[in-house]
Parts: sequence; C-alpha cells; structure tokens
Amino acid sequence: MSDDGSFSVVLFSGTDDKLQAAAVLAVGAAAMGRKVEIFLQYWALDAFRADRIMKDHGVAPEAGEEGLAAMVAQGKMHWSELFRQAKDLGDVQIHACADSMEMFHITQTDLDPLVDGVWGVASFFMAAEGPVTFI
Amino acid sequence: MTTTDITRSIDARGMPCPGPLMSLIGAIREGQVDDVIEVLSSDEGSRSDIPAWVSKAGHEMVEVVEDEGFAHFVIRKVK
Repeated sequence: MSDDGSFSVVLFSGTDDKLQAAAVLAVGAAAMGRKVEIFLQYWALDAFRADRIMKDHGVAPEAGEEGLAAMVAQGKMHWSELFRQAKDLGDVQIHACADSMEMFHITQTDLDPLVDGVWGVASFFMAAEGPVTFI
Repeated sequence: MTTTDITRSIDARGMPCPGPLMSLIGAIREGQVDDVIEVLSSDEGSRSDIPAWVSKAGHEMVEVVEDEGFAHFVIRKVK
C-alpha cells in the first residue's frame, strides 16, 4: 500500500483508556497504509515496562465509574495486543524517550519487546512527518 | 443476497472496533486471489471502515447487505 505520510504520536498518559484509544488509532493508521511513529514519555513509558504492561493502569478521571464500566463491558482486546496487531499490519515503530528512561532509571531490557528502541526527542522529530498528536 | 459463492464467512458480530476489520484483513492475507470473503459485523465503525480499507487495499467491495442489527460485507480478494 502507498504511504500517505506518517501518523506521529507522543504517548504521555499511562492510563488504560488513553493507551487503548491510541492503540486503536495505530491499528487504523497502519491498516490504511500509514507509517506510524510512536514516542513514549512519562507515564505511557512506565506502562510499557515488561513487568507491568498487563497490570491495571486505571482510567482518566473523567471516565468515572460509569465510564469505566462501559469500557470494561465493551470487552476490547488489551491495548498491548492491539499495538502488536498494528505492528503486524504495517510499519509501526515505537520508541522510548531517553529522558523519561533516565527519570525512571531503566534500560530497554526493562521494556516490553513492543518497544523498538530508545530515542532522544530530536530523533523522533527526524522520523515524524507532519503534525504530531499528543495523547 | 449475493449469488457470489462465498469462500469464507467470518462472524464478527459483537466484536468491537477494530476487530471485524482485523478479521477481514487476516482472512484476505490468508486467502487466494478471487476468494470471496463475507464478514458479519454489528460494529457501526465497520460500515465506513471496511469499504474504506477494501478500496485502499485494492480489493473489490462486492456488496453490503443490511440485516437485523448487523451487516453482511462481501469482499473479493483481487491481488
């Protein structure tokens, strides 16, 4: 499929609802032939740690109890599995922010294999084309 | 309903977005050229997403038939 420009996303939030929404966007973009560049910072990076990727990361405060219940009832695939599918579908790269890695005192071996590597911010902007989405 | 012979039918009813589309993509990948794949989906997003993906990927959207609370999407693998 032809390349219509990349979908570049900075993932900052580490709650399951936002990661879920981001994963669905990544799958859709990859299915439509877009290159996807994901950059993990702060709490999103923390959620991609190998030992805690499947744990409960909670939801954004605006969800409330009703929102959380609705999300659970929909029974979507876990976001990590959706990111795996997105990678299988197309060119989807996930990089960890070097600065956030330093903040947590972790190295790539602490991260889930979904993460392709560690980049500085400039490297992300080198790879990103067009607007950057921040979630 | 279509008179086209269906090679494979996938019941994706009840699956949330993007499940039905992912199931279709998987079936297209595994299939042979000229296979006709039917997807049953109750997901609202499928109504726009399946035709959009089929067009983008260069396959043929044979038809979309509305049923009670879901739709039949019939796709021919072109390449």
